[in-house]
Amino acid sequence: MISFDSVSKRYPGNREALSRVTFSVDNGEMIFITGHSGAGKSTLLKLIPAIERPTSGSVVVQGQNISAMKASALPYLRRSIGVVFQDQKLLHDRNVYENVMLPLAFSDHAPKEAARRARAALDKVGLLDRELSHPIQLSGGEQQRLAIARAVVNRPSILIADEPTANLDDDSARIVMEIFLSFHQVGVTILLASHDQAMMRRYGGRVFALAGGKLTERPAEAAA
Amino acid sequence: MRSWLRHHRMAFNSAARKLAAQKSAAFASVLAIGIAISLPLAGYILLEPLRGLLGRVALEPQLTVFMKQSAKRDDADALGRTLRGDVRIGSARLIAKEAALKELASVEGMADVVSVLAINPLPDAYVVRARDTAPESMERLASELQALPGVERVHADSLWARRLASIAAIGRVALMILSTLLGFGLIAVTFNTIRLQILTLRDEIEVSKLLGATDGYIRRPYYYLGVLQGAIGGAIALIIVLTGTYIMNLEVGVLADSYGSSFRLPFPPLADAVSVIVYAGLLGWLGAHLSVSRHLRDIEPS
Ligand SMILES: Nc1ncnc2c1ncn2[C@@H]1O[C@H](COP(=O)(O)OP(=O)(O)OP(=O)(O)O)[C@@H](O)[C@H]1O
Ligand SMILES: [Mg+2]
Repeated sequence: MISFDSVSKRYPGNREALSRVTFSVDNGEMIFITGHSGAGKSTLLKLIPAIERPTSGSVVVQGQNISAMKASALPYLRRSIGVVFQDQKLLHDRNVYENVMLPLAFSDHAPKEAARRARAALDKVGLLDRELSHPIQLSGGEQQRLAIARAVVNRPSILIADEPTANLDDDSARIVMEIFLSFHQVGVTILLASHDQAMMRRYGGRVFALAGGKLTERPAEAAA
Repeated sequence: MRSWLRHHRMAFNSAARKLAAQKSAAFASVLAIGIAISLPLAGYILLEPLRGLLGRVALEPQLTVFMKQSAKRDDADALGRTLRGDVRIGSARLIAKEAALKELASVEGMADVVSVLAINPLPDAYVVRARDTAPESMERLASELQALPGVERVHADSLWARRLASIAAIGRVALMILSTLLGFGLIAVTFNTIRLQILTLRDEIEVSKLLGATDGYIRRPYYYLGVLQGAIGGAIALIIVLTGTYIMNLEVGVLADSYGSSFRLPFPPLADAVSVIVYAGLLGWLGAHLSVSRHLRDIEPS
């Protein structure tokens, strides 16, 4: 479960990026976060794995209050949350397989098990045959799928994706969304930032609308 | 436990890979470290024989009073009484000419020479310890003793040894200063290599932090890198010095042999060789620690 209680976030020298945001998400839910550029979508998502810390208010993830968490506990929190970053953050000097292996290197898997998981994740996103390619040799959609494979390789219970379909054509976007849906179906909690209203209508789920740092929840049918 | 070992092995491999990946840059810094360490090490090798020599020479100020070749045992006894009667003299020990010859024969390379002598060319002598050991009073005493009957020559033989000892002491201090400076140099070189590594791998570090790598996991390869670089530098220094000593000994041998001596520059004992590598590794660790603490903090994911 994820809950925000009156969370505000102000970056140094800026106005508030998030302003008294309160919501709560149950395990296994699929949430869309929408809003204009600069509305605070990325900021909200970054608060969950404690990449950013709230200025005030409390963020609770799976029973743990992130705001009060010691820095030394953060790595373990982050391993339990899969994140697809807006800028993907792939390592361009490593091949596809090595990119997916990265998060496995620092969790406690035996090498064989790690390799098996990496291949399973690549298989899931349809990139198994591109193992030895470098990210630069992949299409935009494929890079996005690689980022997803890396996010899910540690089998997180929460999956966060920041505009994963933003620069993709319809077909690629659909493939990417199918992947998220399949994780949703096995009970993974999913939070997706997106501009695409049509997509939200198609896939249902709750929609959080951000405007100027303020969050309002639109019922799913109202999005239609 | 197994995963702990695995993490360390992975960190070590990653460090070795980082070192290998830098190729020429890594080679250059390792070589610079090696050459730097080899300087004080070479000084140590050169000073070491001097220390052995000084250890054998009595460093207390003393005078040797040589008697005339013609002096008889009675003359020697008479001189002995005079010396022991002098308030300025603490002790006077007779070294009879026979004993002196025997001692000479025991010196390396001298046995052959002594054995062909028809007569004993050495005089009786007294080794005199003065109560006042200040150089001026020693010299005054020496010139007075010189005037005693039956005395051929008085030799203040500890003076050169004392000078040598102080030169050696200066040498040791210089070596310590040099080693300390180069130790700081090694730390600085490691600090910089690792700073460059961290800059190059900024993305990887940032992404690793974002994905849940612990600080320890991220730091570990750099510690290994520092230790590895220092230790390899230490090993290179040893190779340089051992090779240098070997080459110099070829010439030293020719010179020493011509004096009938088997003197050679000593090779550092194994324990010292190992500690050179260990110390260099420790300094590398320290440089890595400073660099990592300073530079990894700057990389905060956002
Ligand atoms: N690291 C930062 N430092 C300072 N200000 C920031 C930082 N990150 C975001 N902001 C500001 O916070 C506000 C919200 O940014 P955020 O990235 O959350 O928006 P967003 O909804 O994700 O936008 P987009 O759709 O363009 O990705 C913006 O005004 C932005 O300028
Ligand atoms: Mg954003």
